[in-house]
Amino acid sequence: MAVFARPRQAFVIAGVLGLALSASACGTGDDKGSSNADAPECAAYDKYQGNDGKKVSIYASIRDAEADLLEQSWEQFTKCTGIEIDYEGNAEFEAQLPVRVDGGNAPDLAFVPQPGLVKRFADAGKLKSLGADTKAMAEQNLPADWLKYGTVDGNLYGVPLGANVKSFVWYSPKLFKEKGWTVPTTWDELIKLSDTIAATGMKPWCAGIESGDATGWPATDWIEDVLLRTQGPEVYDQWTTHSIPFNDPKIADAVDRAGSILKNEKYMNGGFGGVKSIGTTAFGEAGLPITTGKCALHRQASFYANQFPDGTKVAEDGDAFAFYFPAIDPAKGKPVLGAGEFVVAYADRPEVQAVQTYLASGEYVNSRAKLGNWVTANNKLDIANVASPIDKLSVEILQDKSGVFRFDGSDLMPAAVGAGTFWKGMVEWINGKDTASVLQGIESSWK
Amino acid sequence: MEFDFAEEQPKFLMLMYGLIAFVAVVGGLLLLLDVVPAWFTRRREARLVAASASGAPLPRRRKQREGTVALFFLLPALLLLTIGLVIPAIRTTLLSFMDSGSTHWVGLRNYGWLFSENFVVRVLINSLIWVLLVPLVATAFGLIYAVLVDKARFEAVAKSLIFLPMAISFVGASIIWKFVYAYRGDDQEQIGLLNQIVVSLGGEPKQWLLESPLNTLLLIVIMIWIQAGFAMVVLSAAIKAIPADIVEAARLDGVSPWQMFWRITMPSIRPALIVVVVTLSIATLKVFDIVRTATNGNYDTSVIANEMYNQAFRYGENGQGSALAVFLFVLVIPIVIYQIRNLRQQREG
Amino acid sequence: MTTATPTIAAGTQQTDGPKSVAGRVRKRLNSRTATLVSIIIALVWTVPTFGLFISSFRPEDQIKTTGWWTFFTNPQFTMENYQEVLFGRSSSSGQLASYFINSLAITIPSVLFPLAFAALAAYALAWINFRGRDWLYIAIFALQIVPLQMALVPLLKFFSTGVTVAGVQVLPAWDLVDEQKFAQVWFAHTCFALPFAVFLLHNFISQLPGDLMEAARVDGASHPKIFRTIVLPLITPALAAFGIFQFLWVWNDLLVALIFAGGGDETAPLTVRLAEMAGTRGNEWQRLTAGAFVSIVVPLIVFLSLQRFFVRGLLAGSVKG
Repeated sequence: MAVFARPRQAFVIAGVLGLALSASACGTGDDKGSSNADAPECAAYDKYQGNDGKKVSIYASIRDAEADLLEQSWEQFTKCTGIEIDYEGNAEFEAQLPVRVDGGNAPDLAFVPQPGLVKRFADAGKLKSLGADTKAMAEQNLPADWLKYGTVDGNLYGVPLGANVKSFVWYSPKLFKEKGWTVPTTWDELIKLSDTIAATGMKPWCAGIESGDATGWPATDWIEDVLLRTQGPEVYDQWTTHSIPFNDPKIADAVDRAGSILKNEKYMNGGFGGVKSIGTTAFGEAGLPITTGKCALHRQASFYANQFPDGTKVAEDGDAFAFYFPAIDPAKGKPVLGAGEFVVAYADRPEVQAVQTYLASGEYVNSRAKLGNWVTANNKLDIANVASPIDKLSVEILQDKSGVFRFDGSDLMPAAVGAGTFWKGMVEWINGKDTASVLQGIESSWK
Repeated sequence: MEFDFAEEQPKFLMLMYGLIAFVAVVGGLLLLLDVVPAWFTRRREARLVAASASGAPLPRRRKQREGTVALFFLLPALLLLTIGLVIPAIRTTLLSFMDSGSTHWVGLRNYGWLFSENFVVRVLINSLIWVLLVPLVATAFGLIYAVLVDKARFEAVAKSLIFLPMAISFVGASIIWKFVYAYRGDDQEQIGLLNQIVVSLGGEPKQWLLESPLNTLLLIVIMIWIQAGFAMVVLSAAIKAIPADIVEAARLDGVSPWQMFWRITMPSIRPALIVVVVTLSIATLKVFDIVRTATNGNYDTSVIANEMYNQAFRYGENGQGSALAVFLFVLVIPIVIYQIRNLRQQREG
Repeated sequence: MTTATPTIAAGTQQTDGPKSVAGRVRKRLNSRTATLVSIIIALVWTVPTFGLFISSFRPEDQIKTTGWWTFFTNPQFTMENYQEVLFGRSSSSGQLASYFINSLAITIPSVLFPLAFAALAAYALAWINFRGRDWLYIAIFALQIVPLQMALVPLLKFFSTGVTVAGVQVLPAWDLVDEQKFAQVWFAHTCFALPFAVFLLHNFISQLPGDLMEAARVDGASHPKIFRTIVLPLITPALAAFGIFQFLWVWNDLLVALIFAGGGDETAPLTVRLAEMAGTRGNEWQRLTAGAFVSIVVPLIVFLSLQRFFVRGLLAGSVKG
């Protein structure tokens, strides 16, 4: 009894006993800590050897079915190198990660979807910049446009991993064929098509920005996509880095241009009601009327493919597919808005660097792509490994040399703006507030 | 994947160690308190005997030991409270005078920010509406229901129905109610119950969560829905515990049931009422899951706790988030003063 | 013990008769109106949950496009939601049963520890005379307002790096792995529950009849003895009442468990798994309907089986009126 006088002691004893028991309990089966380094299929992993039995923890927002695919994708790697990867995915990732880091309980690696958050951790001195091998691998395999977003003050911290293309308009190939509509390739054609559809009494567009505590983000994507088209990448960069004010006339012009569709009662909101219903429509449901013929056009990222009910054929000749959101001014190139996540490290042990390097490698991206439902900007990706038509289209757009890629602006801004006032401002804007005062409000919140 | 019970074994073992630790700590503490003073008593008695034998004045130690005993009773709670709440509260207060990364002192800047933001007035008003309405309405419903189903035939089932929402998390409850408030255009089939009712009565469907200040009231409904069960359970127990002789005496005096309710029931359950109202007030001040899940504070529905969470956890603005938390501490002062008054009354009565 | 029972037992026994205040008020209110009003309240309170219940048996596309009441005109019944929740297809997360066990392993000690510590503290604050006890009580009461979100980082630091004062390591880091992390969750839940627990239990304990304590003191009983033999039996119902509230809170908690136990199937509770089931982009939320009911079952059983303790829970508290 006396031994347990203090809870801490009891815990420690309990812990030691528990550990001994669990160690004896799982002595069979798994090949934990015994790599098959010499097997022929492990040749590709030679450069990661020497970390047998080490553990690397990864924390990210990817969960459930997609997390299964992740774990499958590095199975071969862990078998060959003996490195054990302890993956955890969580919906509250963005709020939890800073708590864990500040609490001294940081994971070894994290997949951070916001360059703004990468910058925050780098500025606070919490991140390790990439090791020499990782850096070499990343610079060799990834486009400069992307690496730029993982760089803070000249140091490369994040390896771009997954990617998605946001410049897509979803439509129903079936319905288009039936009605004789054609996929527009210029902005004018897009507007003309919208008018044609509206004339038939159908609301051509549908949208929804409700997304729980992230409500508003789909509207920010709209603004960014249009801004890239009206002003080009230079102004876009000035805007996201705050070297021009948020309420610059160029921005206001783009917002109004987006509003000519989003806030147009003639166009919105097919399957849901009027313009104001955009605010309370969940983003995941917003594009579903495409398949029921109540809405014809829905601008949303490539990952929207997952939202369609089981049995929906997502293909160029199917029930739903997407076309590239056309450029407004062809002279400004072919702008592509996208997003993705970055692998950042909070530890620089050799096994952590090995995993980080591996995640930048061609072996990894092809292994992951083969499992489906995944796209990356990594140029080692062999498009033959990409199965689904929408992912193929995304890869084509990402690898298109004439395309100008820009990262989702709200992820680049400080979180208080990009995940705060910008989202909220868009909600107010949809709800009827005028462009000038919305932009003024966001500008004043950006310090 | 087969379910492997052997794999779960360490968890049960850990649970067992937890329980052993519990018995050891609590039992050990009580044992200690029993044995040690007994030992002291024996020594004191021995000394008493010695003192009386030598004719010296009697040592007086009783008072001091009361304090020591109290300390041991309080020790586990005080230790845990210090580590888990007091230090964090002090830290939060300090952080509220620092910048967003908590590296530099900025004086009162975060408080200046707090009162210069134009949302702050709206947030304050909303928080006030919440903290006034939720305890009041939830307690009222709880009380009415407790009185009505008292001794009814299906009392247990009837109470379970009201209690049920308590078994659902705040987030879960908010999702359920988001469905109730869901909107589809008037040419569409409604999927939200509230709009379905409105439409079937011949009205136009409304976007409930967009219209301020109605939306705040609708969010408050969610909290009331959850907490009325708490009020009902506690008050129902208090009602049942009113001593029968008082009731009997009143009845013999020919008091009408209505007077009985106000003159006997209400005073009798006053302590329970206070517990319920105070608990609900504090819980309401702190609640943010509902607002966050339902609207995330859009459409003028935000409350202080929601802003605090956003600033500190989503935006990485530790200083501003902490300032909001300190603001919450300040708001609870009236409740604390009320509680002090209660305590005084109790000690006197 | 026997000296205490008369007053208290009086309450219990008499409530069995039809003469209680509430019973009379109810009669006066006209039992038909009363029944009607209570049925209306019960209906309003139940309908949202009922809708969720119906939804949990509807196919995904139906849930997402039509209201749950269409089920009655166009019944489409499926067990798929439950199947997915109970025997989910996500291999990385393991079996739901695992999480159920985690929830139990987290909840039971997280209820017991605060219960015992708070009872001890509440007794000392109510019946042991020492200087400053009222202020201490008020201070503990006021701690209820500290948002637990603000306590996460410092507490996590306490576990993961220990305590260092002026460069000297006073307490080491805990360094727990896998299921040992339950200990951190217990610790955290206990800390966060204490202010409310002390407040509630103090309210009961302080209203026990004072002459009872006096008599025991005069007989030479020590405080631990009074606590064990007189107070504990009398407040058992109150302890059960707080126990259920704490059970509900811990069972439904997501945040504390995520921070202190992590999200893996070795330690994460049911809530973590249910939140995860909605899918990375929330597109599978139809599973939440079934998930909510799977998770509601245990608290409901606990409530129904301990309900009679609630009924007696405040007896002691209202002795004084």
